[in-house]
Amino acid sequence: MQLGDYLPIAVMGLLALIFGGASYVLSGLLAPRKPTPEKLQPYECGIVPEYEPPQRFPVQFYLIAVIFIAFDIEVIFMYPWAVRMRDLGMFGFALMGSFMVMLIVPLIYIIREGVLDWAPRRRHSRDELIARYRAEHEAAAREEAA
Amino acid sequence: MLIADAIAAPPSDWWAIAPQLVLGGTAVVIILMICVKRVDPGWNALVAAVGTVASGVFAWEQWRQVTTDANPRLAYSGMIAVDGFSAFLVLVVCVAAFLGVLLADQYFKREGIDRGEYYALLLFSACGMQFMAAANNLVMVFVALELLSICLYVLSAWNRDDSRSQEAGAKYLLLGAYSSAILLFGIALLYGGTGTTNLARMAEIFSENVTREPGLVLLGMVFVIVGLGFKIAAVPFHMWTPDVYQGAPTPVVGFMASGAKIAGFAGLFRVLETGLAAFEFDWQPLLVGLAIVTMLGGSILAIAQRDVKRMLAYSSIAHAGFILTGLASGTAAGVRGALFYLVAYVFMIAGAFGVVALLARRGERYTSLDDYRDMFRREPVLATVLAFFLFAMAGIPGTSGFVAKFAVFTGVADAHQWVLLTVGTVASVISAYFYLRLVVYMYMRPEVDEGEAQPAALPRVRWAPATVVALVLTVFFTIQLGILPQGLLDMAGKATLLF
Amino acid sequence: MQILDSAWLIPVIPLVSAGVLALAGRRLKEPIAGWVATVAVGASFVLSFGQLIALVGRPPEARTFVRTLYEWIPAGGFRVPVSYRIDPLSVVMILLITGVGALIHLYAIGYMKGDRDFTRFFFYLNLFVGSMLVLVLADNYLLLFVGWELVGACSYLLIGFWYQSSPNATAAKKAFVVNRVGDFGFVVGLMLIFSVVGSLDYGAVFSIAPSVMTAAMATAVCLCLLVGATGKSAQIPLYVWLPDAMAGPTPVSALIHAATMVTAGVYMIARSFVLWDLSPTAQGITVAIGIITALVAAVIAIGQFNIKKVLAYSTVSQLGYMIAGVGVGGAGYAAGIFHLLAHGFFKALLFLCAGSVIVGMHHEEDMRKMGGLRTKMPITFITYTIGFLALDGIFPFAGYFSKDGILAALFEHGTWWSQVAWALGLVGAFLTATYMARQWFMVFFGKPRWDEDVHPHESPWLMTVPLIVLAIPSTLFGTAGLPGFNQLHRWLEPVFGVAGGEPELLNATTFALLLTSLVVAGSGLVVGWAIWYRATADQRATLAGRLGGVVPFVRNKLYVDEAYAATFERPGYRLTAVLGDEMDQRGIDWLVMGTGAAFKRAGAWFSKGQNGLIRAYAAVMGAGALVFVVYVLARGVSR
Repeated sequence: MQLGDYLPIAVMGLLALIFGGASYVLSGLLAPRKPTPEKLQPYECGIVPEYEPPQRFPVQFYLIAVIFIAFDIEVIFMYPWAVRMRDLGMFGFALMGSFMVMLIVPLIYIIREGVLDWAPRRRHSRDELIARYRAEHEAAAREEAA
Repeated sequence: MLIADAIAAPPSDWWAIAPQLVLGGTAVVIILMICVKRVDPGWNALVAAVGTVASGVFAWEQWRQVTTDANPRLAYSGMIAVDGFSAFLVLVVCVAAFLGVLLADQYFKREGIDRGEYYALLLFSACGMQFMAAANNLVMVFVALELLSICLYVLSAWNRDDSRSQEAGAKYLLLGAYSSAILLFGIALLYGGTGTTNLARMAEIFSENVTREPGLVLLGMVFVIVGLGFKIAAVPFHMWTPDVYQGAPTPVVGFMASGAKIAGFAGLFRVLETGLAAFEFDWQPLLVGLAIVTMLGGSILAIAQRDVKRMLAYSSIAHAGFILTGLASGTAAGVRGALFYLVAYVFMIAGAFGVVALLARRGERYTSLDDYRDMFRREPVLATVLAFFLFAMAGIPGTSGFVAKFAVFTGVADAHQWVLLTVGTVASVISAYFYLRLVVYMYMRPEVDEGEAQPAALPRVRWAPATVVALVLTVFFTIQLGILPQGLLDMAGKATLLF
Repeated sequence: MQILDSAWLIPVIPLVSAGVLALAGRRLKEPIAGWVATVAVGASFVLSFGQLIALVGRPPEARTFVRTLYEWIPAGGFRVPVSYRIDPLSVVMILLITGVGALIHLYAIGYMKGDRDFTRFFFYLNLFVGSMLVLVLADNYLLLFVGWELVGACSYLLIGFWYQSSPNATAAKKAFVVNRVGDFGFVVGLMLIFSVVGSLDYGAVFSIAPSVMTAAMATAVCLCLLVGATGKSAQIPLYVWLPDAMAGPTPVSALIHAATMVTAGVYMIARSFVLWDLSPTAQGITVAIGIITALVAAVIAIGQFNIKKVLAYSTVSQLGYMIAGVGVGGAGYAAGIFHLLAHGFFKALLFLCAGSVIVGMHHEEDMRKMGGLRTKMPITFITYTIGFLALDGIFPFAGYFSKDGILAALFEHGTWWSQVAWALGLVGAFLTATYMARQWFMVFFGKPRWDEDVHPHESPWLMTVPLIVLAIPSTLFGTAGLPGFNQLHRWLEPVFGVAGGEPELLNATTFALLLTSLVVAGSGLVVGWAIWYRATADQRATLAGRLGGVVPFVRNKLYVDEAYAATFERPGYRLTAVLGDEMDQRGIDWLVMGTGAAFKRAGAWFSKGQNGLIRAYAAVMGAGALVFVVYVLARGVSR
């Protein structure tokens, strides 16, 4: 195998680059440009948005996703082991066991950390929230004054 | 059932990875501790410290066996090498982790972000570093690198409420991923060129002269150097360093600057000196260039800094350059000097960042050069200790920094690499400037120029026992290695690679 | 043995005392500081005397005692131990230094009364004495050099003791700079010695040098050392600092001129006699420098009006004799040391008398404003007279025998140049008698010419006691070196070898020489008497008129200072101006600062690349990787 054998890949990459670049440049050159405010909206059709889309997404989604990956990988490891379980014997069983322990410890940990609590455990009343906001605000103001 | 047979009777050489196991196990124990009940993280720190010491004991025992009985060996199908080099660096990682643990407690309590997980992550990261030191397989190199890096990404962003820390974590993660990709690409190319990822086997293949594809190997080599060059913060792969070092919590920086660099150098030494030894004439010029650019770049850029943490970041870059010269010289004396330098550097950088962490006060507010004006009058002890580390880093005789530079340059001189030697000397002169400038600020700038802010009157810094222990240790070894370096030089000389 | 073992204490006691005084500062009240210092030097004197007794108790050939205290500089083949050497030569030196030094200390308690920096003064004095003792007791050239430099530094401190006035500071600076010139030669000499012999230990140098040193090398070494000696011992061309050194307090002058500092050069040459013996050329040059200095200084002394300046030039002149003595070799070594000791006594005496006069005259130093003091200050007058006669070389005072010893050594050396030197020495002796007579008459005789508000008085006992004590050896010390019965020569014989001896019997030549000297000195006295006592002011003016330009020439010290200023100082200033302004500031500074600034600017410029954007960082990394790839591929292609 020579480095030359990789040439087609390089040519392919080059072609891809040229194609992508060319389409971008050409569309800019060829397309007529008549922008209107409506056209510049994120959604050209439908309801005109009256406020910016919310900046924050609940972080729980990400946490769940990350945890899912961890268990996903666990399963990936477990399938082949399960297929060959008898051949691998006690050694395989011990290995898999230790692997699962290593996975369970973090599981306990994240549960303790409250990752599965979808919402705050205790709901605050509206007055409570307002009171807390005020306290924080005043503390900040005092700090600034100091 | 070929595969099953191979798996069913694996040699389980627990002894070969005992230090790593201890560190990783300690980390798991800490997590379990947290699961059971959250206590004062100081307890977690204590467990972590005990774990590093225990790991160090195992490493020392490994070192003793390897050097006295002279039986370096491979373990786990050639994944792990147990030789002087690995034992030596595993030991140094233990030291770095130990110092990192000691310096952390007071800082995180002060910042109000002390959580036990910190120590677990630190130990996992250190565990990765140790695996890196012992890795004899490119896959192992990569896995170890990821283990240590991912923990460091999290640690960099440890101060979640501080945007600088967040920025540091994000930048480190993105650029780290980028460099990991490059490294992985290099590993892939090397595998493509040789058909193996085992470094020892790779060396055999080259010595049998059955290289099918030198082009691939060379390209792979380049990408491996680039990928690891990122970890050791060699110019031009250093760009992340100042931002991350400035933003990340200072004890993390202290650990990162010492530990990650050890790991990066361990990987670089191992891959180049073992796997690609046959290509020495190809990688040597690359390293020479890298060393020259790194030394000069780090030193020159440090001059322009007004922030002490940033300045130390560039200084660590320059140090990486000096250590690289040892490897670039391609001589035994140079490698020995580089290893010595690494140890001396661990103590100096950990100590310096430890003092900076104390002086920065809550919220890391006082890290600019102007905040250090007249520091000697306000904090005489800390200022003196910091000045001492700065002198050591500048390479003043009587400190380990001098011996380290001397040892490295001896190797360079042995190799008759006069350009490298000249640049190294010039760079150390330049670097002396910014080290001494900080000393001047601390000792000789009582008056404040007009229009500049008066240094704030602050209560005296309080010392936690762990901090005191860490600083005493670092100062002691910096002096000791400066005055009686022979013991460690001999050790570094014995820390030879398996092949 | 025990006493000899304790010899290291001799320099240490004054040095420790100096340290105490330095630390105590003004907390130590006035007289106490002086007494502490005096007692310290006195203790050293007692110890020195013990050394003498210990040496006397040993057979002559066993009178050298060397003791190493510790290894000072062990650097490869270059080893310098801190060790001291007690032998007949160093013993007489330490006796002189501590003995005269103690008396001067005592005197200074009275003289410095009420000075603002009383303690500081005694700190310097003790340091000075201690340094000189280090110099003399050292057993190798490097340790000698340590003392040599310390002495130089102390002289700087003491001459500039009243640093508030600018002439004093200038004089101190001058002494320091001129001594530096001499030190340079000395250091080069040491390096030459080390390069040839491989050691700086006296024992090694003196035993090895004769076999390994060529005559040319010996000449080079000796001349280099001689440069050092001309600096310390105030010889042509480096004598100019000594007269200016009068600026310091009078006890300092006494100390510099009699016991310490200036004797260092003579001592050093005497100590290195083995080297001088190897090089007749160096001997000749040494004698020439000595005798010419003796003559020139004597001429200048005649024209001076400052009471201390006259004595200062007389010191230069007498040092010339000593240098000539040790330069001629043979009996001259012992004779030179003999004169050194005798001169130490009477010159200390003269200076202290002068100090007494100055104090009595309310710090007036101009002899034109004195006169007729013999009745007002009887003790000072009598003791001064003794010192004056001793310096003149009148029988039976100390100077008569000691100076004659040198002249005899010159005469008997038997070469043409030594005979010429002898003749010149006689002229110098005549001039010496003349200018001392002039001073004696001007100060103590004639009509009082004091300023109106001056009321001369005798000095307190603290000052007169040292005068009386010093008058005794000034009178009697000559007996130590009676021609034909020369105890001192015999004492020093173990050091200088048999060559140092001289005929035991008083022969005709020696006797004739003695007589000649006496006649010359006597006639000098008579001339002095005739001009400055007998003659009237008008007659003196007529004489001066007849001599024409010679008088201002002499009064202005032969314009040597001016010549030095024109030849060295001003070009030197110009050179430093050029070097400082042009070379240093514009050239080197520009380079240094420019380099620094360039790096700074480079740092700032490159820092711009550090813009905080991850994409930029990634781009730089990628570019770096690309450079590597291109490099490797280019190499691969070219291979």
